[in-house]
Amino acid sequence: MKPIITAKDLCLWYGSAQALDHITLDIPENSITALIGPSGCGKSTFLKTLNRMNDLVEGVKITGTVTYAGKDVFATDVNQLRKEVGMVFQKPNPFPMSIYDNVAYGPRTHGITAKKDLDQIVEQALRDAAIWDEVKDRLKKNALGLSGGQQQRLCIARALAVAPKVLLMDEPTSALDPISTSRIEELVTQLKDRYTIIMVTHNMQQAVRVSDYTAFFLLGELVEFGATESLFSQPVDRRTEDYITGRFG
Amino acid sequence: MEMKKNTRSWQKHMEQVVYGIFLLLGLITIGCVLLITVYLVISGIPAIRQIGLVEFLFGDTWKPTAAEPSYGILPFILTSVYGTAGAIVLGVPIGFFTAVYLAKMAPRKIKLVVEQAVSMLAGIPSVVYGLVGMMVLVPGIRELFDLSDGACLLAAIVVLAVMILPSIIKMSVTALEAVPKEYEDASLALGATPEETWFRVSVPAAKSGIAAAVVLGVGRAIGEAMAVMMVSGNVANMPGLFESVRFLTTAVASEMGYASGLQRQALFSVALVLFVFIMLINAALNYFLKGDRKS
Ligand SMILES: Nc1ncnc2c1ncn2[C@@H]1O[C@H](COP(=O)(O)OP(=O)(O)OP(=O)(O)O)[C@@H](O)[C@H]1O
Ligand SMILES: [Mg+2]
Repeated sequence: MKPIITAKDLCLWYGSAQALDHITLDIPENSITALIGPSGCGKSTFLKTLNRMNDLVEGVKITGTVTYAGKDVFATDVNQLRKEVGMVFQKPNPFPMSIYDNVAYGPRTHGITAKKDLDQIVEQALRDAAIWDEVKDRLKKNALGLSGGQQQRLCIARALAVAPKVLLMDEPTSALDPISTSRIEELVTQLKDRYTIIMVTHNMQQAVRVSDYTAFFLLGELVEFGATESLFSQPVDRRTEDYITGRFG
Repeated sequence: MEMKKNTRSWQKHMEQVVYGIFLLLGLITIGCVLLITVYLVISGIPAIRQIGLVEFLFGDTWKPTAAEPSYGILPFILTSVYGTAGAIVLGVPIGFFTAVYLAKMAPRKIKLVVEQAVSMLAGIPSVVYGLVGMMVLVPGIRELFDLSDGACLLAAIVVLAVMILPSIIKMSVTALEAVPKEYEDASLALGATPEETWFRVSVPAAKSGIAAAVVLGVGRAIGEAMAVMMVSGNVANMPGLFESVRFLTTAVASEMGYASGLQRQALFSVALVLFVFIMLINAALNYFLKGDRKS
C-alpha cells in the first residue's frame, strides 16, 4: 500500500506537557484508518497535526516530520495543505448561513466565482455526502435548521467541495443518534474509493465496521498499527488487547 | 414536623414579599417611561396644533421672537439627521475595524491597553468633549478650511463620531468574541486564511450584534446635546457642512431657559419629535437583537 501521509518520530508538546511521543506511522492511500485509544491519549492532537490546526494553539512545539504526498507539511503553504487535507469536526459546525453558502464557502475561498461552476460543485458535494435529496429544495435555507445528522453530512459535503485528497474526521458520529451514525458510516465507506480517510473513534465496533487499518494510541504513544482485522483478532501488544477487550480505557 | 412547616410557610411568605418588591421596582421604571411619554405628548401637541403639523415639521425658518414669528423646525430635524448620519459614516468604519482588530488580531497587551482607552473614552463627560472640541477642533477646522468661524456641522459630526466610538467598539468586540470558535475552525480547515475567516465567517455571524452597536450609536448621537451645542455654532440655519447649525436637542436646551408662550410650547413639541426619533431607534434595536436570538 502506498502511503499518502507519513509521520516520523513526531513529538508534540503543549507547553511543557508532551501529548505525542515519537509517533511513526504510514497512512495508506484510499483507505480508512481508524485512530483509537483512551481519552487524552493524543488522537485529536495527532489528527490536528496532519492539517496543522495545532498551529493555532499557543505554545505548541513539534519535532519530527510529517509528509503529505512526499512533501513536508510544515514547509508547505498551510492553506493549500488544508485544501487537500480536509477536516470534519466532532460537533457538527455548519456556518450560520444557507446550506448552499456553506458548501460553496470553500470553493469561493479558493477563487471559484462563476455561478454555474458553484452550482455544480455544490450539487456534486451534497450528492457525495448523501444529503442532496434531503436538502435540494431548501438550499437557500439556513443550515442551522437541519438536524444534527444532516448538519454533519452537510459538513462532510462542505469539506468535499474543495476536492480534498484526505479527510480527517474527529469522532464524526459521537454527537449523533444511531441512525445518523450508520448513515455516516455507510457514507464514509463509499468515499474511500476517492479519498483517504482518517477517523478518530471511541467506538470499537465502528472501527471494526468501517476501517481498513487501525492505530491504537496510549498516553501519546502509538502502541500498535495494522490491518483492522488482525489488530482486533490478534493484537500483538498486550496493552492493545487489554484495551479492545475493555479491560481498561 | 410542625417546625418544618412553619419555616416553609415563612419562606414562602418572604418569597412573596421579595417578589412584591421587585415587581414594584419594575413598575416604577415602567411608570417613569409612561409619565415621560404622556407628559411629552400632552405638552407637545398644543403647539403643533396651533402652528400646524406641516408648517411645524417642514417649515424652514425658526424665528419665534420675530415680529412675525415663524416656527419651522426642519433645520433642526435635518441637522440632527445629517449630524447623526455623518457621525455614523465617520465613526462606524473606524469602530468596526478597531473592533475586528481587537477581537481577532491584536496581541493581548495591545488589546488590553486599547480596551482601557476605549473604556475611558466612554466615561468622559460630554461637556469635556465639547470643551476639547471648542478649543482644538473648531479652530482647527477654521484654519484648515479657511472659514470665518469653525463652529459648524462638521465639528459636531467629528465630536459625535468620537463619542459613539466606545459603544460601537465595545459591543462589536463582544459580538465578535461571542462567535463560536467552531465556525472559525471550520473555515480555517477549508484552507481559508485567518483574514478571510474573520470577514466572511466571524463578521457575518456577529452581524446582528454589530448592527445593534450601530443603532445604539445612532441613538447616542441623536440624543447628544451638550457637546454639539458647544461646537456647532448653535444658529438655526439649514444644515451645511460648514454652516453654524442647531440640533433638535440644542434647540430645546438653549431656548428653554427664557422661552415663554407659544415658543415655550413649541420647544416641548421639538422634544416630542426627538422622542419619536429615539423610539424608532429603539424599535430598530429591538428588531436586531431579536434577530440575534432567533438564529
Ligand atoms: N489546546 C491544548 N492545550 C493544552 N493541552 C492540550 C490541548 N489539547 C489537548 N491537550 C492535552 O493533550 C493531551 C491529548 O489530547 P487529545 O485531545 O489529543 O486527546 P484525545 O485522544 O483526542 O482525547 P479524546 O478521546 O478525549 O478526544 C491531553 O492530555 C490534553 O489534555
Ligand atoms: Mg479528541
